Amino acid sequence: MNDTAAMLCFVMILLVPLAALGLALMNTGLGRSRSAAHTMLTAICMMATAALAYFVCGFSFEGVAGHASHIWNVAGKPWSWAGAETPFFSRLPLDGSTPSLVALLQIFSAGLAAIIPLGAGTDRWRLGPACLSSAVMGGLIYPLFAHWAWAGGWLAQMGVLYGMGRGYLDSGGAGCIQVTGGLAALSIAWILGPRRGKYGPSGMASAIPGHHTVFVLFSCFLVWVGWLALNASGAMLFAGVPAGMSVLIAINTTLSASLSMLAAAVTTRARFGRPDASLCANGWVAGLVASSAGCAFMAPAVAALIGLVAGVLVILSVEWIDLHLGVDDPGGSISVHTIAGVWGLLALGMFGRVPAAQWLAQLVGVATLFGFVLPVAYTANWLLNRFLPQRISAEGEWQGMDLYELGAGAYPEFVIHREDFIQR
Amino acid sequence: MRIAGFLMLLAGWGIVLSAAALLKTSAARIAFVLAGAGVEVLGLVLVIRSHIVPKGDRYE
Repeated sequence: MNDTAAMLCFVMILLVPLAALGLALMNTGLGRSRSAAHTMLTAICMMATAALAYFVCGFSFEGVAGHASHIWNVAGKPWSWAGAETPFFSRLPLDGSTPSLVALLQIFSAGLAAIIPLGAGTDRWRLGPACLSSAVMGGLIYPLFAHWAWAGGWLAQMGVLYGMGRGYLDSGGAGCIQVTGGLAALSIAWILGPRRGKYGPSGMASAIPGHHTVFVLFSCFLVWVGWLALNASGAMLFAGVPAGMSVLIAINTTLSASLSMLAAAVTTRARFGRPDASLCANGWVAGLVASSAGCAFMAPAVAALIGLVAGVLVILSVEWIDLHLGVDDPGGSISVHTIAGVWGLLALGMFGRVPAAQWLAQLVGVATLFGFVLPVAYTANWLLNRFLPQRISAEGEWQGMDLYELGAGAYPEFVIHREDFIQR
Repeated sequence: MRIAGFLMLLAGWGIVLSAAALLKTSAARIAFVLAGAGVEVLGLVLVIRSHIVPKGDRYE
């Protein structure tokens, strides 16, 4: 990578935290007012914990493409399973070289993956256990899959080893970040259980509306900028895309998000009589997520159509997960990040400017996400829950996370909640 | 049912990896990768169903 491209990549990476900020603000807005400060503080703490965990040991597990790694011989072929870097970045030259840019982007990406589950666990996930969970994500789960997909691991080598197109492709982290975070969100939602008052005596789901729709919609602009940066920097560092392709990436990302949100608006209008603002915001993020995989490898019209499908899918998915599966996901994290991410990964294989056998490599990647990441994330959080309960007590949930865990509300001068949703 | 579901997820993943590593012909590889994915889907269904609380028991 020449100096100009490296500088562009560095500037892009510095904008990636806007994606995390947007998600944190969106989760805060979609939650209750009594948990607003707690949600935002938990997001910051989770990002910090994941970043530290990645610094301590995550980078050593992930490694960098072309550097030393742990290799197993599988039927005569070399499969790289984990990086072999030293912990604490101790031998990493932090001089603007490609490995240093990778480390910087991955610190942010690990944090982003770690805060995705907060959307599913908001209003009842305790701060301490949430941070421990994010440490596991940043230090183990995320780096392992990221090595396989981005750092010369066996998934990325499927093309070279077995002729599966270019190997598993994932420019902006649809699998590494979004689906990984979404599956962790599913695990957390299962382990925590629904919020009190979410399901009535007949078992029907009550809509617990978010307390600040303006936060939710404003965050769409923040995640947009962050995702443009994430997709462009990821494509340059991990997919070998030249710097000039950032224009195509930005166009594809924007078109995908735009059509996804509009599709969500039309779908909610058709189903509920009026467009739903929070679901439209979910649709916007779903389009960004779906674009992450193939933003560098498809025509703009194709990217737009992929976003359109993502927008419809996420609305149907949110309803199905809430009503039929009985999973309480206040932020829609499971639908937005898992469903849209999987769709984006598979769509790249089917509709992208890629070799014919690419779809098989993408399918192997998706199979790895469900076959490895989901069991590991669930088991890790289940074990954590056995030693340190992750869910707030009933009393704390009634008081609100802000007062119970932090001792102060986010809106101290206002009477902000009634007792509609929670039975004492 | 939950543990069985997770084991099926892992088993399906194993089938996918084995198909990729061991099968030489493209048709056989595709068939067994799809089969492994199918096993994973079954496992996922089991895991999801093991977490579904009957509607009458959801109220707290």
